[in-house]
Amino acid sequence: MTDVAIRVPTESVGFRNQARAWWRGLNPWLRVGIVMVLQLVLFGLLFTVDHALGFAVLVVSTIYWLRRLPDRIRQGATGGFILLMIILAIVANTPWTLVILLAVGAVMSFVPAARRDWVFPAVLLGLAVLYPFYADQMFTMPIFGVWPDVGTGVYMLVFIMMAVGLNIVVGYAGLLDLGYVAFYAMGAYTSAWLMSLQFSHTNFHFGAVGITASLPGIHMSMWLVLAFAGCVAALSGIIIGLPTLRLRGDYLAIVTLGFGEILPQIARNGDSLFGFNLTNGPNGITPLDPPGFGHAISNATGGFLPANYLQCCSRTVNIGFLHIHHQISSFDVFFWTAIVLLLITVFTSLRLQYSRIGRAWIAIREDETAAAAMGIPLMRTKTWAYASGAFFGGIAGAYYGVFRSATFPGDFYFNISVFILCMVILGGMGNVWGVVVGAAFLAYLNQEGLANTGAWLNANIHIAGWRPNFQVPLYASGIYGLIILVVMLFRPEGLIPSRRRAAELHEAETHDEPLYDHEIAGTEPL
Amino acid sequence: MSTNGDYVLVAEQVRKEFGGLVAVNDVDFAVPRGKVISLIGPNGAGKTTFFNMLTGVYKPTSGTVTLLGEDVTGKPPHAITARGIGRTFQNIRLFQNMTALENVLVGMHARMHANLFNSVLRTPKVRREEKEVRERGRELLAFTGLSRKATEVARNLPYGDQRRLEVARALATEPQLLLLDEPTAGMNPQESAEFTAFVARLRDENKLTVLMIEHDMRVVMGVSDRVSVLDYGEKIAEGGPREVQQNERVIEAYLGKAAVEDMKKQGLS
Repeated sequence: MTDVAIRVPTESVGFRNQARAWWRGLNPWLRVGIVMVLQLVLFGLLFTVDHALGFAVLVVSTIYWLRRLPDRIRQGATGGFILLMIILAIVANTPWTLVILLAVGAVMSFVPAARRDWVFPAVLLGLAVLYPFYADQMFTMPIFGVWPDVGTGVYMLVFIMMAVGLNIVVGYAGLLDLGYVAFYAMGAYTSAWLMSLQFSHTNFHFGAVGITASLPGIHMSMWLVLAFAGCVAALSGIIIGLPTLRLRGDYLAIVTLGFGEILPQIARNGDSLFGFNLTNGPNGITPLDPPGFGHAISNATGGFLPANYLQCCSRTVNIGFLHIHHQISSFDVFFWTAIVLLLITVFTSLRLQYSRIGRAWIAIREDETAAAAMGIPLMRTKTWAYASGAFFGGIAGAYYGVFRSATFPGDFYFNISVFILCMVILGGMGNVWGVVVGAAFLAYLNQEGLANTGAWLNANIHIAGWRPNFQVPLYASGIYGLIILVVMLFRPEGLIPSRRRAAELHEAETHDEPLYDHEIAGTEPL
Repeated sequence: MSTNGDYVLVAEQVRKEFGGLVAVNDVDFAVPRGKVISLIGPNGAGKTTFFNMLTGVYKPTSGTVTLLGEDVTGKPPHAITARGIGRTFQNIRLFQNMTALENVLVGMHARMHANLFNSVLRTPKVRREEKEVRERGRELLAFTGLSRKATEVARNLPYGDQRRLEVARALATEPQLLLLDEPTAGMNPQESAEFTAFVARLRDENKLTVLMIEHDMRVVMGVSDRVSVLDYGEKIAEGGPREVQQNERVIEAYLGKAAVEDMKKQGLS
């Protein structure tokens, strides 16, 4: 008996594989049913701990297995799942917002890949625009607690805008800019100068709303100021860029870091520049004029566009069966305006990416020498990238200044530059959608998320009589550092990477293919 | 040396020093229109340095480079590309993470007119231009035998295709003069032969002038109209391929003095 036994393929050997084969042999509908029952048990257990946690786990696990189902039964299973969710949520008397979000999430996971490019952003935009109406109906998140309020939403949108702007410089053109806060500051001070009492020896009014005409100082319409602030920031970007962009890599980063320190220092000490009070020093400039469209435009649109953001909005929206009784506030209007500004930023950024200049930026990032040899003027193209990024940084800064009705030099420290860079890295350098998600998350953490998390920890941890008193927001920098560290270790291309960036960062893994491929090289005559 | 229309490129007394090292020593060089010129020489002879001076990567220490009757000495690379020199690199320098088509489109940068503002607005002019260059790009890929690889990322292409793509990208700059830096390095004999035929086609059908650095003598002898030899930064010989092959100084540069004496003794020469 020296015959070597012919081994049966290992798949059918062992309990695990037998079980798997048995499982696969079952009727697919039966399988769906079994999984659902198991999930309901898990859901029931988690639900008693935390409603939202139960739903979150249920939805994530369901989406996971739904996607692995054969196509022919997947649609039906999804429909059944959504129905189940809605019944569950109604039975459990859960806020309807959660039900809707779950349903939307489930449906979104089945949008065909070809349509995702526009369906995802469109749905996200719709949810964002309606957010002020249902914000107070939102369920409590596990750990993070309540959803951000609309004012935090404005802060998030402003930072998303800056991140998308920085993404042009860092993600597209590959220029490491550690001084982006300088453009934020330029924008904020431009709006402060042009919409306040700062230059009270002059009296210049143009389109300002909500103030008397005799008020000294420069008072201009916010819309003009936003455009102007963008241009000022872009111009300062060009001026900073011309001497620095000759440098490569680390050297550029160090010089931009320097400029990021110089401008805020000027702001801090600008209350007596050769006897002239430019920035009002550490006291900052406040208040700023309210924004608005003025009465003429407001009346022409039937009051749809408010004349003055701070005195607007007495209208109430009532949708009884959804418990919506919302009086539109000026925060809401600021929020919607920020959405419009962000849309313009994202649109511009996408258009640029797929254009002659966008290709040139990417080419420079990939290989400067080759790019120059292909006829791309390095200095000019890099300067354009720098100016475009600065432009949006400037607009974001100006808008945020108007929103808070104040500009203080203390807002423009180096850590803001790094914070925005973190957003770009976390989301996925070079991909606008990734950057939007990364920036939204970090901005939320910074404004509300960390404090809420701290409150949750302090309330829920008690070990043998010890109750912690974590001041989580104090550890912010450490936490962001940790997040970036984890991202760099496990997903260096970011949460939602651009195809190209992902390829770059995994270069080492694919280089083991033969350098020279006889078969393919020989088949096609050159 | 005359700078009349017969010459696409004229280099006069071009010299490059790196510190104390003279990499290229007062070389006179002219490229007649519509010909294939090869530049050969042992390793370290200064061939690539010479190329880099022609394309603006290095600024010559002294001497002048005249392209199509215009002095381009010390102009930046992009300006020289815009004036009509397209080049490939000794070590492939494609934009690795862009698709083959995108690589070619980058090559057309200098021939396009879209700017930052009308790209954002995507005016009809920009749209038309984008459509045209994409068509032209696909034509170029087809011309170099890459029509089926247009949407593939450059780094995933096999080596031979990457070489072709570099040529396609260089052709996209619409050059008057094409510089090829060791284009057949790493190719097998069959591919080299195909490439030789391809260069001849560029000259005969596309009326292109080609200057190439090449080590493979079969390629050099097969297609060159003239051959120049550099050694230690100096031009030691120039002429038709046969002529250069027989040149004593060339053999010496490649094989050493002893070899030449040996050959003489055996009556080979």
